[in-house]
Amino acid sequence: MDFLPLEQLRQIQLTRLQVIVRRAYDRVPLFHRRMKERGPNPDDLRTLADLARLPFTVKTDLRDAYPFGLFASPLQEIVRFHASSGTTGKPIVVAYTKEDVDDWARAMVRSFSACGVHNGDIVQNAYGYGLFTGGLGAHYGAEALGASVIPISGGNTERQIMVLKDFGVTVICCTPSYFLHLVERGSELGVNFHDLPLRIGVFGAEPWTESMRRRIEELSGIKAYDIYGLSEIVGPGVAMECQHQSGPHLFEDMFYPEIIDPDTGTPLPDGQEGELVITTLCKRAMPMIRYRTRDITSLVATPCACGRTLRRISRISRRSDDMLIIRGVNLFPSQIETALLAVEGTLPHYQIIVDRQQGLDTLEVQVEVTPEFFSDMVGGLEKLQGKLSHAIESVTGLRATIRLVAPRTLQRSEGKAKRVIDRRQM
Amino acid sequence: MKLKQLSLFLQNEPGALTAPCRLLAHAGVNLITLSLADTQQFGILRLIVRDWEAAQRLLEQNGYLAKLTDVVAVEVEDKPGGLVNILTVLEQGGINVEYVYAFTLKHGNRGVLVFRFTDPDAAIRQLQSAQVRVLDAEELARRLEA
Repeated sequence: MDFLPLEQLRQIQLTRLQVIVRRAYDRVPLFHRRMKERGPNPDDLRTLADLARLPFTVKTDLRDAYPFGLFASPLQEIVRFHASSGTTGKPIVVAYTKEDVDDWARAMVRSFSACGVHNGDIVQNAYGYGLFTGGLGAHYGAEALGASVIPISGGNTERQIMVLKDFGVTVICCTPSYFLHLVERGSELGVNFHDLPLRIGVFGAEPWTESMRRRIEELSGIKAYDIYGLSEIVGPGVAMECQHQSGPHLFEDMFYPEIIDPDTGTPLPDGQEGELVITTLCKRAMPMIRYRTRDITSLVATPCACGRTLRRISRISRRSDDMLIIRGVNLFPSQIETALLAVEGTLPHYQIIVDRQQGLDTLEVQVEVTPEFFSDMVGGLEKLQGKLSHAIESVTGLRATIRLVAPRTLQRSEGKAKRVIDRRQM
Repeated sequence: MKLKQLSLFLQNEPGALTAPCRLLAHAGVNLITLSLADTQQFGILRLIVRDWEAAQRLLEQNGYLAKLTDVVAVEVEDKPGGLVNILTVLEQGGINVEYVYAFTLKHGNRGVLVFRFTDPDAAIRQLQSAQVRVLDAEELARRLEA
């Protein structure tokens, strides 16, 4: 599938698109209603270009449909759920039939193969296992490929390093920032990554840059590859870099990409930067029609030295909404607001400061002390810090440093407070 | 018998202490005594001034968070064991001390301490029943002028 002549690829895409749009129209009330109101009838889809006439799907549609509202398969056929963090405490739920899980594994097999992973490799999978799609997605793919998988999940850095060394691990899957942390911690423990059999890193779940890739490769001696995916579409394995490291190739026969102007919704030609929109071409349990990823990138159609006919996406430079990705976890400033509000009753002025220290994302929330919560005793203020930190962790799943600051010290400009300062050097 | 103490929230950074002190100095407010509690991140400046109402107004108008707390001024003998005597009385009464600091003021061989108690009224009763002198604002003012 990776090397199909373009004409054949486009034909497969069109056939699959017609089937999936019909399925969405027939089985999912939201898609049915939207197409009735605004869009063309599924039978009007005669070319791939006709897709542009269909309405978009956005993240809030998934949240509004919580938990099962967008399923196109009966529950009896669902074999797996995953979920990602939402903005109001309710997660976004995604579902898979048996065939969907197999398709996903196939996409991951293609991903691993593209960057040179093969059977016989020992894969340490340090993506989180659980509701997050990263862990199980990479796990099923690596297993289907015939590699030996270590389902170590995230965290416990020292054990990760011990296993890397003792098991003779050749491939690691994790976020790039966590890998840098592993390398740095390793050198403190006397483990030089250049001496390990490790050769490939499959890195994703957060934005990163070419300079970070160079740094990883210099510090560890491995090859670092960028994998792209999102839960709403399937999880990891939507796009993956080949050995030429020239941007992730989209598995276009499964995930149909478009680039649009994020403000007007108008489709843009290949090479032009805009928001990535994806339509799933195979998903049974939860088809997505023109899902707006909010990731700003461009489609690269120029031939790749590997010979794949699949288009690539360029480095994702930013997102078109205010979502932050911290240690692989999606964070919306509104979640911080929810937590602060829960503790204090009214919303204090606050600022979110994201930084990266020793390869790990750090999250600090500065909160102005209000008269109601000011105590003349250190213990009272420390208790407040503890409460705020706990509330933020329970809403977002992220541990944040709380810094109490004096009233009116946080910057307010043009009447609107600057809520987020991202100091990460991308 | 209680005194009013002004507590200010300060960030732990250069200049954080200077600014409110300068503000009070320009307004002619004399600090009778002060204490500074600090952590790595923030500090709490505690002040005893004569006209606390005016000082609080001034600080709040300038954006400071200034909170009023009841504290108790207790006379203590300036000799080894002087503080222990007071603490023993408090301990016997089951009185909890949150923090304590001193006045620079001296009267004969007696100094004065500022106590922040969990329950200041119970503390005053306990101290007075043990013949420990507790100073009110007027007495404090009289000694300052002397």
